[in-house]
Amino acid sequence: MGQLEAFGVLEPGFLTTVQDLGRFGFSQIGVPPSGALDPFSLRVGNLLVGNEEGEAGLETTIMGLRLKAMREAVIAITGGDLFPTLNGELLEMWRSHLLVEGDMLNFKGVRKGCRAYLALHGGIAVPEIMGSKSTFLPGKFGGLEGRALKKGDILYTLDIPTSFDKIGGRFPTDLIPTSEKETPLRVIPGPQDHHFTELGFQTFRSSFYQVTAKSDRMGIRLEGPKIERRSDVEESIISESLIPGAIQVPGDGKPMIILNELVTGGYTKIATIISTDLSKVAQLKPGDRVRFEPISAEEAHQLLRKQEGRLKNFKESFQHR
Amino acid sequence: MGDRGLLLEFGDEISREINEKVRRMALASQSEAIKGVLETVPTYRSLLVLYDPMVLSIKDLKKRLESIEERLQQSSFPKPKLTRIPVVYGGNYGPDLEFVAEYHLSTPEEIIRLHGSRSYLIYLIGFMPGFPYMGELPEGLVTPRLKTPRLSVPAGSVAIAQKQTGIYPMESPGGWQILGRTPVKMFDPMRDPPAYLQMGDKVQFFPIHEREFEEWVN
Repeated sequence: MGQLEAFGVLEPGFLTTVQDLGRFGFSQIGVPPSGALDPFSLRVGNLLVGNEEGEAGLETTIMGLRLKAMREAVIAITGGDLFPTLNGELLEMWRSHLLVEGDMLNFKGVRKGCRAYLALHGGIAVPEIMGSKSTFLPGKFGGLEGRALKKGDILYTLDIPTSFDKIGGRFPTDLIPTSEKETPLRVIPGPQDHHFTELGFQTFRSSFYQVTAKSDRMGIRLEGPKIERRSDVEESIISESLIPGAIQVPGDGKPMIILNELVTGGYTKIATIISTDLSKVAQLKPGDRVRFEPISAEEAHQLLRKQEGRLKNFKESFQHR
Repeated sequence: MGDRGLLLEFGDEISREINEKVRRMALASQSEAIKGVLETVPTYRSLLVLYDPMVLSIKDLKKRLESIEERLQQSSFPKPKLTRIPVVYGGNYGPDLEFVAEYHLSTPEEIIRLHGSRSYLIYLIGFMPGFPYMGELPEGLVTPRLKTPRLSVPAGSVAIAQKQTGIYPMESPGGWQILGRTPVKMFDPMRDPPAYLQMGDKVQFFPIHEREFEEWVN
């Protein structure tokens, strides 16, 4: 299929990458999933513009991305509210819009959250590498030449007819994830929760932790009360697998949340954040405060079924719209 | 581990026996192709089974894995493949060779000979794409990490730390002692398979001359 110029990048902003839902099946050779940190938002964005849920879109961070439409395009912006404007006017998020050639899209800065997603009907056309279009920054492959967008880049899309039937479609307001200022993140304890004292685990579950500036797509470092370790265990363990949402506690006793670009680690993991709360994690920015709330795997699975059920209902009703 | 992962632990140390058990279990579960299992990730001493809770319940998954484990000894297991890897030792290619020799009150020649004197098992590919963790080094090579890690280690660097040896597939920061460099490309996302080496296989190093390095690259 042919490709068409969709957007010119006037300013790349703080950090903007091409991401789909990730690259799976290669952890065994050291390749992490990458992909959208807030997969829920990317999936909804894709549905709003008539794409498959897993199509590649843009993930943009904090502020500053400026794009110029080079042709007619159906788009939707989801995720964190980075004050998106179209030709200077505030653009409504969580709904699809028709852009015409010459339109200017601007992300002016954080109003809420940290990462926004731009979905485009036809997707962002980049080569699929190892089964995914996601950018893996430290590995320098995937997405647009394995790097973040830069000024002067041209983004291409597949040459398919514009789907006018989706324009103006909205995602129901009551289904949009809310990110409160002091978000409780639900976790499942383990696999090394027994490396900490009872008091240590109590500290972990009852304290507020602050997101530091040492945070990126690999992980989020937190500042707060030190989590006490048992005196008869070592600080590090033999390296083993990590997954997004795993919470490592290094020697300094301060937890760090693992995100999408690491495969193995040698620090103890006190708990793992549940799948449905990973979208909240993606919206954390330096200065935000979090706390952790242990729940059971069964409860987590119920929450997941609820979320997936709602998304499926939306998908079905939207497709027949 | 979380609501999508089940971590199976097989011991608490780095050993060939434990690592082989992990790999046996990984292969057996992969060949079983359980519906709802997305990926199985073996490491030194544990196996992470990633599953889709919308398709497979944790209870059913545990049952299936237990039954696989019971039949583990009868499961087929491939013999390790030996790969010989050329290395230019010392000089700009191996900036820590002299230090390692001094540390062991030895000579660079002896360190090179020792490093190539046996084959190493690949315990794990991790940390970055295609990075093999291999062991065990002979006693006379066991060396601590650098006190201050380097900000940049060139791709292909062959290095040691404690009892292990490894190869940096791409340029990155790193704290291992660099003995030399191989012209063999350890990882290429456009190649199939992307990683040159596989967990469970064996590697033996052999020295080549600087001139040959360029020939290998071309």
